[in-house]
Amino acid sequence: MNLLGLAWRSLLNRRFAVLLTVCTIALSIGLLVLVEQLRSEVRQGFYRSVSGVDLIVGGRTAPVQLLLYSVFGIGDATNDISWETYTQLKALPEVDWAIPMALGDSHNGYRVLGISPAFFEHYRFGDSEHIEFESGQEFDDLFDVVIGAQVARQLDYELGDQIVLAHGSGNVSLQGHDEHPFTITGILAPTGTPVDQQLYVSLAAHRAIHIGWERGVQMPGSAIDPDVARTQAEELRPDAVTAIFLGLTARAAVFGLQRRVNEYRAEALSGIMPGITLQQLWRITGMAEQVLRVVAALVVVAGLLGMLTVLLATLGERRREMAILRANGARPWQISGLLVFEAGLIAAAGIAFGVALALSVQMVAAPWLLSEFGLHVGLTWPAAWQFGVLGLIFLAGLAVGVIPAAMAYRRTLADGMQIRT
Amino acid sequence: MTPLLDIKDLAFTWPGDTDPVLELGGFSLAAGEKVFMFGPSGSGKSTLLALIGGLIRPQSGQILFKDQDLVELGGAGRDRVRAEHLGVIFQQFNLLPWLDLINNVMLPCRFSRARAARAGDVKGAAEKLLAEMSLAPELWRRRADSISVGQQQRVAAARALIGRPALILADEPTSALDHDRRLDFLELLFSQVEAANSALLFVSHDRDLAGRFDRAVDLTDLNEAQEQA
Repeated sequence: MNLLGLAWRSLLNRRFAVLLTVCTIALSIGLLVLVEQLRSEVRQGFYRSVSGVDLIVGGRTAPVQLLLYSVFGIGDATNDISWETYTQLKALPEVDWAIPMALGDSHNGYRVLGISPAFFEHYRFGDSEHIEFESGQEFDDLFDVVIGAQVARQLDYELGDQIVLAHGSGNVSLQGHDEHPFTITGILAPTGTPVDQQLYVSLAAHRAIHIGWERGVQMPGSAIDPDVARTQAEELRPDAVTAIFLGLTARAAVFGLQRRVNEYRAEALSGIMPGITLQQLWRITGMAEQVLRVVAALVVVAGLLGMLTVLLATLGERRREMAILRANGARPWQISGLLVFEAGLIAAAGIAFGVALALSVQMVAAPWLLSEFGLHVGLTWPAAWQFGVLGLIFLAGLAVGVIPAAMAYRRTLADGMQIRT
Repeated sequence: MTPLLDIKDLAFTWPGDTDPVLELGGFSLAAGEKVFMFGPSGSGKSTLLALIGGLIRPQSGQILFKDQDLVELGGAGRDRVRAEHLGVIFQQFNLLPWLDLINNVMLPCRFSRARAARAGDVKGAAEKLLAEMSLAPELWRRRADSISVGQQQRVAAARALIGRPALILADEPTSALDHDRRLDFLELLFSQVEAANSALLFVSHDRDLAGRFDRAVDLTDLNEAQEQA
């Protein structure tokens, strides 16, 4: 057993206080790492959710709002786009494809999107990945519905199940589209994006179930008979759509098109580029993130101060221990070294446990974030710069240890052979 | 033959004090000599031991130990001399309470290679000393704070003796023991000090013990600072 062995035994002797200190530091480090991890993972999750869409067009609104309700199902649209505008935009030479979507219905709290089949063909997520079917296929009959992976799992649905949509978004809906039950014909493969949290019907179906509705209420007896609707399926189309995802033939055309959309004469439109709008969103959330970071950093400082308190408090009771070591030949720097070593060990253990804690919380929180926000939070190792920060915190821990070490150094020199009382 | 320890014109004042606590004209100790030093509390004996141990440095004077002047020697040098050539036994609280007996005894060998080399098989030497100090092997792995005070003092003696240091400093090692145990302890200490061929400077206020030593001195006579006071 060398000097470090002695330090270890001494630590074990005070294991309760030491363990508490390690816990304090682990909690503070855990918070720091978790804030940073979730921040980058949530951002990553947002970026993953929309890929390959060059322009999102909606009724005139704030860009961030349009992005949030069209892609992430957060909030509601205030203005629609007329069907004519949609057909005109779709016909533009620079537009490669267009996915119109009509919002307004829900099922057990999950959003129902009226979409064109172009969605399954052109929508991308993550690293330009296509949407794939876990089982079944696109809608064939007018009253067919395709559901996201999470919807199928949470509600335990299978192909062929009949479901009824509710009017309006949210969990509580007073009125339903009871006359028009839908049959599940397809279940999408998981994407880790809001796609998993949604149900998809055709635009014609969206129109059909809203016949006879005015100002959010259905006129009694005005609903169209499902079989009649089926015969008219070809002509059924909504008067308006909520938003349009556009893919362009050449990405360079996006700025010109965005300007033209924003200056569109027939109606007031907003055109946004998802990546740039996400940046705007980060600018809004950035302030809160900074506050969280500062709080986490202060908690780390509190943790280190806690360690200092414990080290200083034990210094008094360890004075005898140090005098014994000294009388038996220990050099003053060896005594100080013991304290710095101890501080380093506590800090290192705290950091290690803290990172483990953050990763565990992340692992536990991931399913909740996925089901609640459709955000896929991966279990990634903290980035290199974060380890740089942790390294600095370790050095700060050592520096904290220098304070009691310096006191012990001076004291051992002054104490003589035995403690002077 | 030059004495093992030779102190001349020593004066020491604790930092912050105005009057010296110790003024020593001369004191010497031969190799292997067992000296009883009588010193009531306040006579400066702890200060003298700390000076001989090289933990503090006098303002003036000379402490020749093994032909080296501790006063001239730097702090690191004094630490080395102490680790290599000195064994210390205090009145109480000699041991690291959280360490077992064996490791407490081996402690000085961790701070001096020369001393560990003299001990040879350090663990074996520690076990031998513990056995000779009448400590049963089943105690050796126990924590130091789990044994009686009398046993602790014998462990402290074993630790002081490991690696056969030239000088054992004992500061009232028997005052926490009752009369019979005091004599037993002294008996054991003497036999081991002789076996190790070490010198012994035994400081106590208990004059009854003086007769068993080669020589007895009164620190109050030696310490001129006390006489003036």
